[in-house]
Amino acid sequence: MSIILLIEQILNGLQFGVMLFLMAAGLTLIFGVMGLINLAHGSLYMIGAFAAAAGAAATGSFVLGLIAALTSAALFGALIELTVIRRLYARDHLDQVLATFALILIFSEATRWVFGSFPLFLDTPAFLSGTVTLPGGILYSKYRLAIILIGLAVAVGLFLLISRTRVGMRIRAGENDREMIGALGVDISVLYTMVFALGAALAGLSGALVGAIQSVEVGMGEPVLILAFVVIVIGGIGSIKGALAGAILVGLTDTLGRTLLPVLFASFMDPSAATTVGSALASMLIYILMAGVLLFKPTGLFGSA
Amino acid sequence: MLPERMINLLILGLLLAVPLVALAMDEPFIITLATKAAVLAVAGVGLNLALGQGGLVSFGHAAYFGVGGYAMGILASHAQSYTPLMEAPFLIEGTKSMLVIWLVAIVASALVALLVGALSLRTSGVYFIMVTLAFGQMLYYFAISWPAYGGEDGLSIYVRNGFPGLNTLDPIQFFGLCFAVLLIVLFAVNLLNKSPFGLALNGAHQNEERARTVGINVYRLRLTAFVISGAITGLAGALFADLNRFVSPTMFSWQTSGEIMVFIILGGVARLCGPVAGAAVYILLEHVLGGLSEYWHIYLGAILLFVVLFAKGGLVGGLSRREVRHAG
Repeated sequence: MSIILLIEQILNGLQFGVMLFLMAAGLTLIFGVMGLINLAHGSLYMIGAFAAAAGAAATGSFVLGLIAALTSAALFGALIELTVIRRLYARDHLDQVLATFALILIFSEATRWVFGSFPLFLDTPAFLSGTVTLPGGILYSKYRLAIILIGLAVAVGLFLLISRTRVGMRIRAGENDREMIGALGVDISVLYTMVFALGAALAGLSGALVGAIQSVEVGMGEPVLILAFVVIVIGGIGSIKGALAGAILVGLTDTLGRTLLPVLFASFMDPSAATTVGSALASMLIYILMAGVLLFKPTGLFGSA
Repeated sequence: MLPERMINLLILGLLLAVPLVALAMDEPFIITLATKAAVLAVAGVGLNLALGQGGLVSFGHAAYFGVGGYAMGILASHAQSYTPLMEAPFLIEGTKSMLVIWLVAIVASALVALLVGALSLRTSGVYFIMVTLAFGQMLYYFAISWPAYGGEDGLSIYVRNGFPGLNTLDPIQFFGLCFAVLLIVLFAVNLLNKSPFGLALNGAHQNEERARTVGINVYRLRLTAFVISGAITGLAGALFADLNRFVSPTMFSWQTSGEIMVFIILGGVARLCGPVAGAAVYILLEHVLGGLSEYWHIYLGAILLFVVLFAKGGLVGGLSRREVRHAG
């Protein structure tokens, strides 16, 4: 394997990790502030992707599609927070899991009903198609590079929002003691709706950006949701920093595992068996990573007990 | 308001009566539906031991369901093609005997549950849910990427496996067999719930600190419950595979885990026959709503949402007077 291919795969891993971060950040924020496990986060990812594909098809503009994705995911997020989710804050986790599982069923089937069972396609915008030459003469997809940069920008923005602004102060206060900030005159229910809509918008953004690389279809959200759970378990719940570290780690492990393991096994097995064993093991690698973290640090790398 | 024992008899009586009536009316499809309900009920009873009694919200029970299913698929496919599973270091042949398959399914799923449980139970609460879900997904991807047993396409078994003295291809005889398994499992779980083990498990669910203080090893207790729970669900997986004469990675999918959980919530958490009622209602909804609309999951979602938000005890809880503590 050439070094150029390896660097390319590392960049792909970063891009995958950054996508996972957008999902995991919303989930971990919502859990940290409201104590809620939200399975319907994958549906918001799907809504973002569909809104982007439909918006871009209707207007012919990728950027407008992206805006459509952000707003519709945030709107649907606010809508389910106001109607369903806020009834669940005081409930136990089992109720939260089941109610949000019910939301997945409703969203998935409703999307299938509106858009049909066939996947939609979202084209990369003209100004981001093609490749860019990186230092060292490596050709890399402009669009994927843009995703990495957008994701990192969102990470910085999120960090600044939480550590430097008044809203962020309230979010952190809400994580520590929700009754106290209510007593201090902060309207908690508005804060909760805002946090939920923010998390939803991040999921929608993630879905829309990935929509141009993969096909946009019903059920696309849940595999990513489960990967985001793996990220959170590895990074530690409630921590944005942990979500970023976990996401990059999972993205790199998965992508590099899929490329390197078959090659590694081929060095001492016959090629067809190596491909089989290598790819089967690669598909399990991030879960093995998660098991390792659970063995040594059950609260995650950045989690507190 | 009825005592729970009466409701249990009513549920099981109905589940037994429906296929008998269907037999009299010569409606084999309805017998198959009832068989499906009985098999899925076994899976639900298995999960309910961990979830209801132990308060362990496992979102990965599809793993054991799938392992049970593949135990049947792998053994029967080798028997069907007359190729041994392995020759060295010792010969293992496939089999078409249900009893052997059930034993293998139970042992294999118990082993997987032991591994997953030992890791997952180091965490609790939301972590536990996410970790069990993730390990379930791991097995799903493994089943897809491992080509030896059909990969994504799954495995078809042409003839249903045999049980001594029965013609398992006759729908009513196969139903009887599955129903008998369900009764045995219910009986065993009921004994377990009332044993010191079950009481300690429930005690640790209600107050972990207190259970620890009286000297109970909560981790070992929960792990034992988790393994038994997984083994029962694995047995259900083997039966389910035999019912369809087909196994595929879908049995491992997170939706399957969700469905098994839905049986419990529809019927009533921590109720002995809750999963039986829940599985029966689920099959009924699937059949009736599925006939009305291709998009019946929307209605299922709405019903589930309603039950979770407003009718927490489920079906058995709604009919019964006895309060049970809800899993937390």
